[in-house]
Amino acid sequence: MTFQPVKFYQTGTFTVGNRLLPAETRSVQANMRRTNSLNSGHRACQGCGEALGARYAIDAAMHATENRLIAANATGCLEVFSTPYPETSWQIPWIHSLFGNAAAVATGIAAALKVKGRSDVRVIAQGGDGGTTDIGFACLSGMFERNDDVLYICYDNEAYMNTGVQRSSATPPAARTATTTLGNSFNQGKNLPWIAMAHGIPYVATATIAELRDLEAKVERAMHVRGARYLHIFVSCPLGWGHPADQSIRIARLAKETGLFPVFEAEHGEVTSVSKIRKKLPVTDYLKPQRRFAHLFSPEVRTDLIARIQEGADRNVRKFGLIEN
Amino acid sequence: MAALSKVALICVKTTAAAASRMTLVFQIRIHGRGGQGVVSAAEMLSIAAFNEGKHAQAFPSFGSERTGAPVVAYCRLDEREIRVREPIMHPDALIIQDPTLLHQVDVFAGLSPSAYILINTTRSFEELGVADFVRGFQPERLCTVPANELALKHVGRPVPSAALLGGFAALSGLVSLESVAQAIRSKFSGRLAEGNVAAAAAAFKHAQAN
Amino acid sequence: MLKQIEGSRAVAEAVALCRPEVICAYPISPQTHIVEALGEIVSSGRLAPCEFVNVESEFAAMSVAIGASAAGARAYTATASQGLLYMAEALFNASGLGLPIVMTVANRAIGAPINIWNDHTDTMSQRDCGWIQLFAENNQEALDLHVIAFRLAEELSLPVMVCMDGFILTHAYERVDVPDQAQVDAYLPPFNPRQILDPAEPVSIGAMVGPEAFMEVRYLAHAKQSQALSLIPRWAGAFRQAFGREAGGLARSYRTEEAETIVVALGSVLGTLKDTVDELRESGGRIGVLGVSCFRPWPFAAVREALAGAQRVVVVEKGMAVGVGGIVSNNVRTAISTRPIPVYDVVAGLGGRPITKASLAAVLQRAMTDDLELTTFLDLDRALVEKVLRKEREVRRSGPIAEQVLKLKG
Repeated sequence: MTFQPVKFYQTGTFTVGNRLLPAETRSVQANMRRTNSLNSGHRACQGCGEALGARYAIDAAMHATENRLIAANATGCLEVFSTPYPETSWQIPWIHSLFGNAAAVATGIAAALKVKGRSDVRVIAQGGDGGTTDIGFACLSGMFERNDDVLYICYDNEAYMNTGVQRSSATPPAARTATTTLGNSFNQGKNLPWIAMAHGIPYVATATIAELRDLEAKVERAMHVRGARYLHIFVSCPLGWGHPADQSIRIARLAKETGLFPVFEAEHGEVTSVSKIRKKLPVTDYLKPQRRFAHLFSPEVRTDLIARIQEGADRNVRKFGLIEN
Repeated sequence: MAALSKVALICVKTTAAAASRMTLVFQIRIHGRGGQGVVSAAEMLSIAAFNEGKHAQAFPSFGSERTGAPVVAYCRLDEREIRVREPIMHPDALIIQDPTLLHQVDVFAGLSPSAYILINTTRSFEELGVADFVRGFQPERLCTVPANELALKHVGRPVPSAALLGGFAALSGLVSLESVAQAIRSKFSGRLAEGNVAAAAAAFKHAQAN
Repeated sequence: MLKQIEGSRAVAEAVALCRPEVICAYPISPQTHIVEALGEIVSSGRLAPCEFVNVESEFAAMSVAIGASAAGARAYTATASQGLLYMAEALFNASGLGLPIVMTVANRAIGAPINIWNDHTDTMSQRDCGWIQLFAENNQEALDLHVIAFRLAEELSLPVMVCMDGFILTHAYERVDVPDQAQVDAYLPPFNPRQILDPAEPVSIGAMVGPEAFMEVRYLAHAKQSQALSLIPRWAGAFRQAFGREAGGLARSYRTEEAETIVVALGSVLGTLKDTVDELRESGGRIGVLGVSCFRPWPFAAVREALAGAQRVVVVEKGMAVGVGGIVSNNVRTAISTRPIPVYDVVAGLGGRPITKASLAAVLQRAMTDDLELTTFLDLDRALVEKVLRKEREVRRSGPIAEQVLKLKG
């Protein structure tokens, strides 16, 4: 079968039609033998971006490691909705220890595997933005610094959703949460992918749940590298962000297409590839559908704040060269 | 002075102590400054005694002192298991690694006139201004050794602890020079060990002639 | 083989003989010499295969140990004081998950005010975290308890803390008999975990448990600790047979025959106490000592039995529950609650205050004539305390307490 260049999207939907592709380039999710590592039946909300991101990522990691994978999980939505006693959605060996120690637990698992000569079994750690950028930050930095053989995946939904939507250091400017009722402040927060890169670890990447194939490719890539790796996945949260459950993927796509969430890869601290924006959209397209930003549009339009958010997006575009010239 | 036998020392103690367990123990307190190997000295002394089949316990004064600060370390020697863990308040012997401490710290606290005193100095007890204090002491139990000078000569650095142990072996007769040398070699290796052993031997000789 | 070595070194040698596969190291006084020595042993290739992980905190140390143990590796770490508190959350997690990690705690006070010296406040604060807590009387026992600890931990699938007095034991050089590898191997079989993260047989460890089953899970933890009460004497017996000396067990009596007064204590103060009791016996005092080796689980029956003939009990302890008094003493009271005899509580040695034979003898003599308050603070400078309290009554901005005390102390 010869390769036919196909335009994968139509206006209004970016859905990839895998059946139009040759078998070897189809996504893991399109594969009948995908492992469903995070099996159906869990207790996540409708439209949960984290559940989707985790399934995409872990299935891809399983594919890359021929199903030899162990996961350490931080406390958070993902942990709570996947293991309500006495059930578990995990089809892989999985451990949840604490909120702030997933990276260190993974280090321990990797050390045990090394001692036992099981270099074929690989380790991932995963957590939400709170468990990664805040309470788990020290352990994560330690794991990076030692270059332990662990892929850490952060599912970033930009607040503490498990406890009822409170601000984290990944909450974006102006966003309303239960602890930033007037909107989050500007010029604060942490950019974890940059911080990861500053450790000089072999591989850092960002992805969104809107681009399945890009996400899978990055997981695949990460699993073929030894040492500390970091994958930051943008996952929308209908409950916390206040958008309809069926808009999760669209919102994630808008985050990328506005320049608010740059999608890129880096090796040893250098950016090596960037997902270009196909058609740059104004940030209002992203902000308007989300209730957490509603105060920017009503009772009056806060052009001042919107302009600052737009400035941030434009800065990202320049910094990463997000637009093809 | 001539080396006393262990038995002689034990007899001295018997009169002083009430309880039977206490009668055998010999307690040494070492004063010096951080960086001088005070703690190592106590440890090596315990190893030397262990090498001769004794029970020995060495421990520091547990400070977080930095280089130059006054440091104390202790060593107990006994023919039986040493169980007591209190600091040594009434030493049978005192080793002073730095004479500048004499007028800064109460190094003589709890000392009885039957105790041994060994000071690292080129000066005499009189010159150090402690002649009055040691007036009632037994002269043959007072000794000075130029341990810094001996260390400089044999080790290349003014690290007095090993040399003082050599001096202490001669002064007290509690441990042999061979055991001290063996203890030094278990702490240090190569040229450093041999330099320290030579310094200890020189100090031993010096103390014997003293 | 008999050796004259530092307590920390003795522990490191013992741990190495137990063939740990993952060691997590983070420095804190007075524990540091232990992991330093282990690092040296691993680098020398003498202990292999073993991963020596330099972590960024005690919280990470325990977390790495949790991951390693869950993946089937024999895991070890050591800490003290603030470090133990910093890993507190992970301590409960390790025991809750039933992971047989062994950890040395070089007992040290807890700040503020910061204090690096010995007392038992650190491990006492974690007495209810679900770990087994064994206390060493001397360096020989510290060494031996580690061998026993691994055996016990893996048998029960529970973590074990070996508590040894910081500086007093960790930094003391004394004679220890270091067993050989074959002896330890015969006593301690390879780790055969009850649970393991294995792709061939996936399990979920650490799932959320709600009200419908949490009581049962916690009860099982309690039941396991109770099992430990029978296993600990058994493994101490096996140890005696294999190594020819006493170590561990629940509690050990010293000269308690016909003793009217029995002094209960944990750790290295037992040595000083025994010498003191010898002297008191010589002057006709009917007094003995009960050394508690296993503080968690609390050996109710063994303590009750050992104190059966006593007319009074004195507990000398290096910690206290602020606002309550003694901790060990309250445990002792629960063990003998059916007998109305006085249990005197002597809080001693806080923050490294030397516990001398003279002070002990004085307080014990008072106890023997029932001339002692129920809670006493050994060698407390009461005048100084009164001065501080008076100043606080008189001056609103009296300033930081520690600074006042240091000033008054001159």
